[in-house]
Amino acid sequence: MQRQVALIKQSLFDQGYLDEQFMELEELQDDVNPNFVEEVSALYFKDSARLINNIDQALERGSFDFNRLDSYMHQFKGSSTSIGASKVKTECTMFREYCRAGNAEGCLRTFQQLKKEHATLRKKLEHYFQLARQAGPKETARRPK
Amino acid sequence: MEKGFSPVGLRVLVVDDDPTWLKILEKMLKKCSYEVTTCGLARDALKLLRERKDGYDIVISDVNMPDMDGFKLLEHVGLELDLPVIMMSVDGETSRVMKGVQHGACDYLLKPIRMKELKIIWQHVLRKKLQEVRDIEGCYEGAADWITRNDEAHFLGGGEDVSFGKKRKDFDFEKKLLQDESDPSSSKKARVVWSFELHQKFVNAVNQIGCDHKAGPKKILDLMNVPWLTRENVASHLQKYRLYLSRLEKGKELKCYSGGAKNMDSSLKDAEVNSGHQSPGKSSYAFSGGNSLLHKATETDPNPLASASVSDPNTDVHMPPKAKKTRIGFDPPLSSSAFDSLLPWSDVPEALESKPPILYDNSFLQQQPLPSQSSYASNSAPSLMEEEMKPSYETPVGGTCVNTEFLMPQDKSPTVTLQDLDLSAPSAISCMKLQDFSLNVTNNTESILRSLNWELPESHHSGSLDTDLDLSWLQGERFLANTGLLQFQDYSSSPSLLSELPPHLWFGNERLPEPDEYSFMVDQGLFIS
Repeated sequence: MQRQVALIKQSLFDQGYLDEQFMELEELQDDVNPNFVEEVSALYFKDSARLINNIDQALERGSFDFNRLDSYMHQFKGSSTSIGASKVKTECTMFREYCRAGNAEGCLRTFQQLKKEHATLRKKLEHYFQLARQAGPKETARRPK
Repeated sequence: MEKGFSPVGLRVLVVDDDPTWLKILEKMLKKCSYEVTTCGLARDALKLLRERKDGYDIVISDVNMPDMDGFKLLEHVGLELDLPVIMMSVDGETSRVMKGVQHGACDYLLKPIRMKELKIIWQHVLRKKLQEVRDIEGCYEGAADWITRNDEAHFLGGGEDVSFGKKRKDFDFEKKLLQDESDPSSSKKARVVWSFELHQKFVNAVNQIGCDHKAGPKKILDLMNVPWLTRENVASHLQKYRLYLSRLEKGKELKCYSGGAKNMDSSLKDAEVNSGHQSPGKSSYAFSGGNSLLHKATETDPNPLASASVSDPNTDVHMPPKAKKTRIGFDPPLSSSAFDSLLPWSDVPEALESKPPILYDNSFLQQQPLPSQSSYASNSAPSLMEEEMKPSYETPVGGTCVNTEFLMPQDKSPTVTLQDLDLSAPSAISCMKLQDFSLNVTNNTESILRSLNWELPESHHSGSLDTDLDLSWLQGERFLANTGLLQFQDYSSSPSLLSELPPHLWFGNERLPEPDEYSFMVDQGLFIS
C-alpha cells in the first residue's frame, strides 16, 4: 500500500502537478506536526477557493478592472506556490500576462483553465492523502527520483 | 552584561495575509529554532511591534497585503523601531526588489521560500546592530560636513533635517578644519580637540544664550571667547551635541541606560558629598544647562585636586575651577541643556589645575551610557552631574591627571590634546587610562552611546583598543558611572563626535581606537548592565 502511495506521489511530480515545494513541505513534517502537509494542503484549498471566488465575481461583473484582477491573481499565485501547485501556478502567470496586455478574452480563457487545474489537483491530492493515511501513519517523505 | 547574540531564539515576527504561507513560514522558522510570532494583517503587526518595542529582533513581511502595502509597513518599522525587515513576494521583478531595498529592506525573498534562506536571517539582525554602531560615527561625520556646508541658521534650526545617514568621512571637512585650525599644538591633523574644558565653555555659552535652538555657532563662539576656535568648529560641535542629545533621549529607554542611570544618581550624590561641594552648583555637568555644573568642585574648593591626592575626589576631580561657572541648571530640554550642562567646564581653567582631568573624563564617559541622561537633566541633573564628575575620580592626581586637556589645564591651551595628558600620578594613570578612554570622549561617548543604545551582540570588546586602555577604561567605566558623567553624555552619545576628533587628539598617547572598536569596548565594559 505504501508503495502505491509512493507511486501516486511520484506521478504527481512527473506530471507536473507538484514541484519541489511539496517536497520541502514533506521535510517539514515531523513528530510535532505529523500531518503537516495535509493540513497545509487543506488550508491552501480553502483559501484558494475564496480567491477564485473573488476573481470569478470580478470577471462576471464584466468591467475588467485589470489592475484589480492582476492583484487578485498575484495573491492566488503566491498562495499556489506554497504547496508547489505547479500547473496552477503556470496558469496564474499566463492570466497575469493577459491582464497586463489588457486582454479580457485571454483572461477569461486562462481563468477557466486555471480552475480546471485547480480542481484536478485538489482531487488528486485528496486521494493521495487518503491513501497515505490508510497506508499508515508517519509515511516518511521521500523525494521522487 | 551584554547579552550574547545568538541565532537561537531569535524573535521573528512574520506578517503575511496568506494563511497557507503563514503556517508554512511559522513551521520553517520554528525549525530554525527561532521564536515565531505570526500576523495576518499589517496593522496588527504594527500594533504588536509598538506594544513591545523591544520584543522582536526581525520582521519578515509579504509585500502584497490587503490592509497595508508591505513597503509602507517596512517604512514604519524601519523608522519607528529600526528593526531589520525582510520582504517576501512571489513577484521577483527587479523594480519591486529595488523598491524594497530602497525602502530599507534587508533582504527580499522570493516565494516559494526555502529553509536555507530562513536559516540565515539572523545575520541581518547582527549586521544591523553592528551597523548602528558605525552609523553613529558616520552620522557625526556627515553632520560635521553638513554643518560646514550649510548656513548657520540651518544648522541650528534645521538640524533635524540633516540627513545623518552619511557615513563617509568628510575629508573636505577636515581640510577645512585644518585651515581654520590655528592651534599650534595640533599636529597631524589640525583638528579641534574638544577638551572637556572647551566643551564646558561651549556648553556654558549655549546656556547663556538660552538653551534653545537660537544659539548659533557665531554667538556661541563669541561667548566662548576662545581665540583659536572658529565658527565652523563650533558649528560642527554644536551639531554633534544636538545629535548626542537626541540620541540620549532615544537611548534613555534602553536597558543599558537604566543601569547606568542608577549609577549616575548615586554617583552624583556621592560626588556631592565627597566633594563637599556644597555646591549648589553641582556640576550641572550633564544636563543642566551646563551652567554651573561643575561648580561644585571649583567653587568650594577649587584646588582640592591639585594638592591632595584625593582629598576630595569629587570636588577636585571634577572640575573645581569650572564649577564656578557651571551652574547646574538643568534645562529640561535635553538637547540644549544637555549641552550646556555638559560643559560647565569652560571656566575650568582656574580651579581645575589641581584636578585631575581624568575625573572629568571618567565621569564623562560614564555618563554616556546612562540613558537617563536626559532624565538627569531634567531633574536631578544638577546634583547628579556634579557627583558624577567627582567621584569617579578618586585619583589623587594632583592635577597631573590627564585632565590636562580637559579641565583644567590651566596652563594649557585649550587645544591641549589629550596627548598632553600627564599621567604622572599613578592613580592618575589609571584614571588616565580611563581618561584616555574618555578622552576620546567622543569615543567614549560613542561607545557609551552605543552601549546605551544598542545591545550590540557580543561586542568585541576592546579588541582594538589597547589592553591598557581597555582595562582602564573598564575601570573608568565604573568611575564614570559613578561620577555621573552626565555632562559627557553629550559626547558620549555622539560617537561621531569621537570619530570626528582626530585620533591623535583624543588619545594622548596611543592610537585612537576605532570607533567601532571603541564602542564595542564600551559596550562590553560600560554599559552592559
